[in-house]
Amino acid sequence: MQSPLFELLDVTLSRAGNVVLDGISAEIPEGAACIAGPSGSGKSSLLRLLDRLVDPARGEVRYRGRDVRTCDVLELRHKVSLVPQLPALLEGTVKDNIEFAARLAERSPDVGRVLEHAGLDDSFADRDAGRLSVGEQQRVMLARSLAQKPEVLLLDEPTSALDESARDSIEQTLLRLRGELGLSYVLVTHDPEQAARMSEWVLRLALGGTRA
Amino acid sequence: MSAPVDVSLGQLAATLVLVAIAIVVSVWVHVDLERDIAVAVARSFIQLSAVGLVINAIFEEDRIVFVIALITAMVLFGALTARNRARRVPGAFWPLLMALATAGGLTLVLVVVLGVFEPEPRFLVPVGGMVVGNAMTAAAVALNRLGDDMRAAAPRIEATLALGATASQAALPVVRSSLRSGMISLVDSTKTTGLIFFPGTMVGMLLAGADPVDAVRLQLVLLWTLLGSVAIAALIATSLAYRNFFTPAHQLRDLPE
Repeated sequence: MQSPLFELLDVTLSRAGNVVLDGISAEIPEGAACIAGPSGSGKSSLLRLLDRLVDPARGEVRYRGRDVRTCDVLELRHKVSLVPQLPALLEGTVKDNIEFAARLAERSPDVGRVLEHAGLDDSFADRDAGRLSVGEQQRVMLARSLAQKPEVLLLDEPTSALDESARDSIEQTLLRLRGELGLSYVLVTHDPEQAARMSEWVLRLALGGTRA
Repeated sequence: MSAPVDVSLGQLAATLVLVAIAIVVSVWVHVDLERDIAVAVARSFIQLSAVGLVINAIFEEDRIVFVIALITAMVLFGALTARNRARRVPGAFWPLLMALATAGGLTLVLVVVLGVFEPEPRFLVPVGGMVVGNAMTAAAVALNRLGDDMRAAAPRIEATLALGATASQAALPVVRSSLRSGMISLVDSTKTTGLIFFPGTMVGMLLAGADPVDAVRLQLVLLWTLLGSVAIAALIATSLAYRNFFTPAHQLRDLPE
C-alpha cells in the first residue's frame, strides 16, 4: 500500500509554554487537502511541522512514510515548499527572488513560465519586489516556490490579505496548478467555504489544537 | 620630546564642571542619563587610575608576559561589557570573547611583524588597549543590531528557510547589515578625521609637546590599525553569534522578547 503524503502521529507542539497542538493524529492524502479551523487552533504551526520549520515536543511527522527528522532537511524543503501567510520577499527584483529560489533547489529557472503559472505576466520580472501590492507579492511568493519544482505546496492562508476577486483568481491559479502540474497542496484556511471549494480532504482543528 | 605634561588634581577637578553640564542637560531634557553619567565618571576615574598603576608596574618590569596578561584581562572585561549591549543575542559572550581575543591578538602580532611597533610593553600596552576597546565597541554595536534585526526580519528569514536555504544563507542580509553597523562609525570618523575633530592620540601628543608631523603619522598608524581590528572583531562576533538564533536543523529558535 502506498503511504499517505503526510502522517501525523500523536503530535504535540508547544510554543513559549503554551500547547499549540495537542496530540494530533492524521493522514493527509495526496491531492488537494485543507486544514481548517479558527485562529488559535494551530493551523499554521501544523503547516510548519510538515516543512520541519519546527519540531514537535512529542510525536512524529512523516512525509511519504518517512520521519521528517531522518530526511535531509534542505532537500525536504525543496520538495515540500511552504508559502507563508504574509509575503516576505528578499530585497531585489522579482526575478532575483525567483532565481535565488531556483538556485537553492539546483533548478534552472524559467522565470517567465513560473510567473505565468502564478498568474503574473513577464513584465513583473524586473520589478522591485518590495514595491508590489500584497496580492502581487503573494503571487511572487508562489512563483518562487514553483521555481523549485516542488512535489507539494504548503499554503498558509494564501488569500487572507486579499479582496474577493484577487482571492478567486488565486484559487483558480491553485486549482489549475493542481490540474496541469499534478501538484499536491495542503492549504490552511479559516474559511470553511474555501476549504470546501478547494479540497478533496479536510482536517478540521478546534481551539487548543485538537481535532474538531 | 619636551617635558611631559603635568596635570594637577585641581585641574582634574575643574573639568568636573563640564560633567555637571552634562548632568544638567540630562535632568533638564529628561534624557534619564544622569545616573549613568555619574557612574561613568566615577568608573573612568577608578579604572584609569588603577590601569595607570598597572601600566606603570608593567613598564618597570618590562616583560611581555605581563602585557599578555593585561590584554587578556581587557578582552575578558570587554566581552562581559559588550554582552550587556547584546542582550537580545542568545549566548553572546563566547562570540564576543572570540572576536575581541582574535582582533587584539592578530592586530598586535601584525603590527609587530610588519615592523610598525617594537615588541615592547610601552608600545604594545597602549596599542592593545585601543584595539581591544574599539573592537569591543564595534562588536557590541554589531550584535546589538543583530539582536534587533533577527527579530524584525524573522518572517523573512523563516520564509527563506522554507525554500530550503541554510541558516547562513537566510541570515546573510541581517549579518551583513549588522557587520556594517559595527564598522561604519569608525569608517566615518576616519573619513572626517582632522576636518571635524582631532583624534585622541594626536591631541595627546600635541599637548605633550610632540612635533605635529610625528603626531599625525602616529595617529594615522593607529587609525588604520583600528580599521583592521574593528573589521576582524565585528566579522567574528556576527558570524559566530547569528548561529545561536538557529537549531542545527536550520530552524529559527523560539526567542524570548
